[in-house]
Amino acid sequence: MGNNKVLEDEGLIQGIKQLDTNKIQKIVNETISKETGARLQAYIQTCMHCGLCSKACHYYLSHDNDPRYSPVGKVKQTLWKLVQAKGSVSPRDILDMAKIAYTECNLCKRCSMYCPFGIDIAYLLSMVRRICFKLGVAPMYIQDTSHSHAATMNQMWVKDDEWIDSLQWQEDEARDEIPDLRIPLEKEGADILYSVIGPEPKFRTQLIYQAAVIMHVAKVNWTMPATPGWDNSDMAMYLGDYEVMGRLKRLHFETARRLRVKRIVMGECGHAYRSVYDVGNRWLGWKNMPIPVIHAVQFYWELLQEGRLKVAKKFEAPVTIHDPCNIVRGMGLHEMLREVVHAFCENVVEMHPNREHNYCCCAGGGVINCGPPFKMTRVEGNKIKAEQLKATGVKVVIAPCHNCHGGLEDIIHYYNLGMKLKFLGDIIYECMEK
Amino acid sequence: MDKIYGFLIGPGAWIAFSVFILGCICKIGAIILATPKKDRVVLAYFSPKYGFRSLIHWLIPFGTISMQENPLFTLVSFAFHFCVLIVPLFITGHVVLVETFWSVSWWTIPDKLGDILTLIVLLCLAFFWGRRLWVKEVKFVTSWTDFLLLSLVTAPFLFGFIAYHGWIDYKLMLVLHVLSAEILLIAFPFTRLIHMFVGLLTRVYIGSEFGGVRHVKDW
Ligand code: HEM
Ligand code: SF4
Ligand code: SF4
Repeated sequence: MGNNKVLEDEGLIQGIKQLDTNKIQKIVNETISKETGARLQAYIQTCMHCGLCSKACHYYLSHDNDPRYSPVGKVKQTLWKLVQAKGSVSPRDILDMAKIAYTECNLCKRCSMYCPFGIDIAYLLSMVRRICFKLGVAPMYIQDTSHSHAATMNQMWVKDDEWIDSLQWQEDEARDEIPDLRIPLEKEGADILYSVIGPEPKFRTQLIYQAAVIMHVAKVNWTMPATPGWDNSDMAMYLGDYEVMGRLKRLHFETARRLRVKRIVMGECGHAYRSVYDVGNRWLGWKNMPIPVIHAVQFYWELLQEGRLKVAKKFEAPVTIHDPCNIVRGMGLHEMLREVVHAFCENVVEMHPNREHNYCCCAGGGVINCGPPFKMTRVEGNKIKAEQLKATGVKVVIAPCHNCHGGLEDIIHYYNLGMKLKFLGDIIYECMEK
Repeated sequence: MDKIYGFLIGPGAWIAFSVFILGCICKIGAIILATPKKDRVVLAYFSPKYGFRSLIHWLIPFGTISMQENPLFTLVSFAFHFCVLIVPLFITGHVVLVETFWSVSWWTIPDKLGDILTLIVLLCLAFFWGRRLWVKEVKFVTSWTDFLLLSLVTAPFLFGFIAYHGWIDYKLMLVLHVLSAEILLIAFPFTRLIHMFVGLLTRVYIGSEFGGVRHVKDW
């Protein structure tokens, strides 16, 4: 079954056709010697092959403890093999490695919390992706997304005028509800630049509407750019195209600088936060972000603390909270998230494990962006999530992350869980004082 | 036999300890010196506070969720590592040997206790060996090098144990004990046994990242 899935992906099939062992060897060795160093060596020298990381990984747990899906098992099938063979592997091997690195690991870093040496498996598998990318062997969908990034500076081939149209359309819609509402474009000197990910104008436009209402009610001095740089997402990071990643992050920060805002607030997206806070900034040589960027969860929490956002009624149906890896294990926003959820919801049931120990949605790390050929990889690879959700007995899941929504939606559907997904913004919009 | 023994506890020991010490220094030095070249992030985000906070949690038995979820393994691992460090350092035979050559001496453990701790080391090694054969996620990542590594550690303890009890041929067992211990010392820097030192570095690094950047625990 695994192999059939690969053969459906044109990016992988066409990719290996232009490879030969010499080319592979050259790129593998070049990448390892030029782009890696002490960390990679230390991880290889230190891993005692003890297998303790296995039980951390949802893929492993969901496949009845199949060792091929354990974190160290995936490293063995990819990086160790490349290092041991000094890059002398076949195109077919590269195809198998690409499949593992791109679609069977979400780079969620849960396993690093279970390894006694704290070995960063996600880093190791990112290096495998980097090698595959440089060899031109990547799933077609995520490669296409990265092309879109490179050409349009947004993830979904949204044209510049379509972006502005979408915002004006949402402004019009919202003015039916609140007549003096504005979505301020290009407002220099605003306090906040609000940036979103490509899919928001493309198919989740109601989120822009809701954010505008929240901004309006909380009397925030905000703006959105009318130029490229509005999209904070970053599939190039997950593809392994760090050059494009650097361009994206730079433009995003520069747009905020051009508009002379004090900070950037980003919508409810996890990977974009990782990209600005943890990965893209490092690639550009910034230890910290050059302009503070806060995630929607932090922003809503602040508005609530400052009394600018008030609770009109409590959301009655019991809810559970899904902790997105990138803002929880990646940024520690779990307590803020809970404070906001508890403020707006009557009845909150925790899933277990939770907070930084939560299981990934299995869409993260670019896996959902590898597209339809790998949908079942994600869904079958996260049976454990379905069990975890089911055990809460509630019908509403709050997940403040786009990727998590995509992943959980498919899981909920496939395992017939009959649950509804909500963004934090959905709940706030519904229950706030307007 | 006496000649071999004489060589082993004379020049042999010098060679073994020199290779061990210099080898470890070089290996650790190479990692540390390579860090600023390609892994500047490690230095940029290094945080003594969070790094050592993580290390301490991981050095306390059952101090982490990972250990709590694997109670038997944790017990065996701590028993093994405790004994593997205590026995060679504090067993009377070793201390006396050092005293004869260099007239320095330190605290020793009773022979009976040493015997029991050695037995514990051997039983734990048998446990590790068994996991490699029968636990599928461990078996999957096991190669001959893992068995070689376990054998390297097993040999000095096994021969020492046999020699102490005077089984088979005392002289021969003693020679094999010293020989295998010296092989272990020489191999140490060049095998994954170097985890004893490098593992501390990786732990402190990930602790810095999780505590200082990610604002979460890593245990
Ligand atoms: C402060 C020193 C040391 C630390 C912190 C340490 C830590 C660890 C850890 C975390 C593991 C992984 C699995 C487990 O928990 O068993 C391990 C495995 C192991 N260690 Fe150590 N170690 C140290 C010193 C040593 C020494 C001195 C030896 C032997 C001479 C040794 C031999 C082994 C062996 C053989 C294993 C592998 C067990 C297997 O095959 O599964 N360690 N060590
Ligand atoms: S999916 Fe998460 S837990 Fe599994 S190997 Fe990848 S980073 Fe580790
Ligand atoms: S837990 Fe760590 S040391 Fe053990 S096999 Fe996994 S990565 Fe290697």
